[in-house]
Amino acid sequence: MSPRPNYLRVFLTFASNSLIREMTFHVNFLIECFSSVTWTMMNLGFYLLIFHHTNSIGAGTGWGKWEFFAFLATTMLVNSLVQAFFMPNCEDISELIRTGGLDFALLKPIDTQFLISLEKVDWSSFANLIAGLVLLIVSLFKMTTRAENPLILQPHMLLLYAFYILCGVAILYSLMIALSATSIWLGQNRSLYDFWFYITNFSRYPMEIYDGRFGRPLRLFCTYLIPVLIVVNVPAQIIARPIAPSGETVWPLAAFALVATAVSLIVSRWVFLAALRGYRSASS
Amino acid sequence: MLARAQTWWMILRISLQERLVYRGDFALGTLMRFLPIVTQIFLWMAVFQARGNQALAGYNYQDFVAYYLLTMVARAFSSMPGLSSGIAAQIRSGEIKKFLIQPVDLIGFLLLGRVAHKLAYYTIATLPFALVFFLCRSYFPGWPSVTSFSAGVLSLVLCFLLGYFLEASLGLVGFWWLEVSSLLFVYMLFSFFLSGHMFPLDMLPQPWHTLVELTPLQFLAYFPAAVLLGKIQGWELVQGLCLEAGWVLFFMLTTRLLWHYGTRHYSAYGG
Repeated sequence: MSPRPNYLRVFLTFASNSLIREMTFHVNFLIECFSSVTWTMMNLGFYLLIFHHTNSIGAGTGWGKWEFFAFLATTMLVNSLVQAFFMPNCEDISELIRTGGLDFALLKPIDTQFLISLEKVDWSSFANLIAGLVLLIVSLFKMTTRAENPLILQPHMLLLYAFYILCGVAILYSLMIALSATSIWLGQNRSLYDFWFYITNFSRYPMEIYDGRFGRPLRLFCTYLIPVLIVVNVPAQIIARPIAPSGETVWPLAAFALVATAVSLIVSRWVFLAALRGYRSASS
Repeated sequence: MLARAQTWWMILRISLQERLVYRGDFALGTLMRFLPIVTQIFLWMAVFQARGNQALAGYNYQDFVAYYLLTMVARAFSSMPGLSSGIAAQIRSGEIKKFLIQPVDLIGFLLLGRVAHKLAYYTIATLPFALVFFLCRSYFPGWPSVTSFSAGVLSLVLCFLLGYFLEASLGLVGFWWLEVSSLLFVYMLFSFFLSGHMFPLDMLPQPWHTLVELTPLQFLAYFPAAVLLGKIQGWELVQGLCLEAGWVLFFMLTTRLLWHYGTRHYSAYGG
């Protein structure tokens, strides 16, 4: 037996085990799919209502109805991926620490961060992924076929879009694992978890809305210090609004997003390992 | 009579002390709860910029900010975290038996618990609330008139009662269903959209607007906020308050009926 585990095979086993579990309670699974899609539809209804009263988010920002719906679809894609792969696991970390279950994870001959961040896959979140894809296709169709100022879609945009969605997922994951790891120091991190929810709340809107005396510093903070604003904004701009009405292109921000992703992953890995060193098996 | 009052007083005091244990967490949590509003405010600012600052359904941008802050107050009165699921869990686990044996009424007991919770909440939450309202004072059109203010306070008290009896009814359905989480989900879904804490309900286009007026959900957030903002006045105000009181009465009777028939249906599961 080789000393190095095959990470891909381990992950596929995790995924299939989770699927088997979900299929055991398949009615529950269907209800969960249904409820998460319904929430999303309600959210969509809210924005439909907003566009009933306006034709763009912000003056001269280029976020018209369908551009914004493509943005919303991007949010749905990123969030559903995070929810499918990382949310159910990171939620459990503070519990693992409180109960001492982390001991068992540490004993296994595999990277601990890999093990505790990917052990479960929430398959019902893929319902939202599909809903997001449908919304994206509809919005892109509307934008490319409209009479005035149609969007010209090129293959490289789609590729970059997919790539930057993954970057966004990586940034959110880094933030999540770093926050959960701090529960090793703090014991309980309920309010930190709320904090995570509130921070990502900022990522759900086009960055142009953060304007004015308070908005500007907030935008800079959420772009460069805690890079949650680029999570959705970069891929959404690439696909729906590559060039802002002001003539500004997305590319400088996209270049920065690469750096931000790499730094987030490295810093969160460092935080995780540092936190692990401070772990004192609580209840054994 | 006196003994009874003493019992209730004791229950209130115990609940109050329980609630004050985690006061630091409480105050911080309250401030945090304003964070999602920040993004909402920026969103509406962008919408108003796109509209060239034209008023929307009778609300200008300042009104929107004030409206959001006031719905926070209303929801601080009407929200009952864990009430329905708590009642259903007690039914499922059999813990509810103690209310069948002891001479204490479940609905009254839980109501006092909630009163204590809210009292404790306001003692601590007043400070962060006052701070936020002070910082945002320029968004308000000034102090409300005496009528609006007293009507607003009345509607807040009623919205506390409405929230309590509505959610208690949902929890008591647990006598028949045991697990009410799917019911709660549907309720949350509708109240998220139709109670008006996402947007002033006046924004809704026609068939929806009438539909919303027929549900009790508007009183959980929209109505008290709109009254305090002075958006609802005269006859409309009187009608609204009567309707709200009517809904409170309706759900009070519903809880009584559900309790009456539920306890007869109950078969004491659990240990």
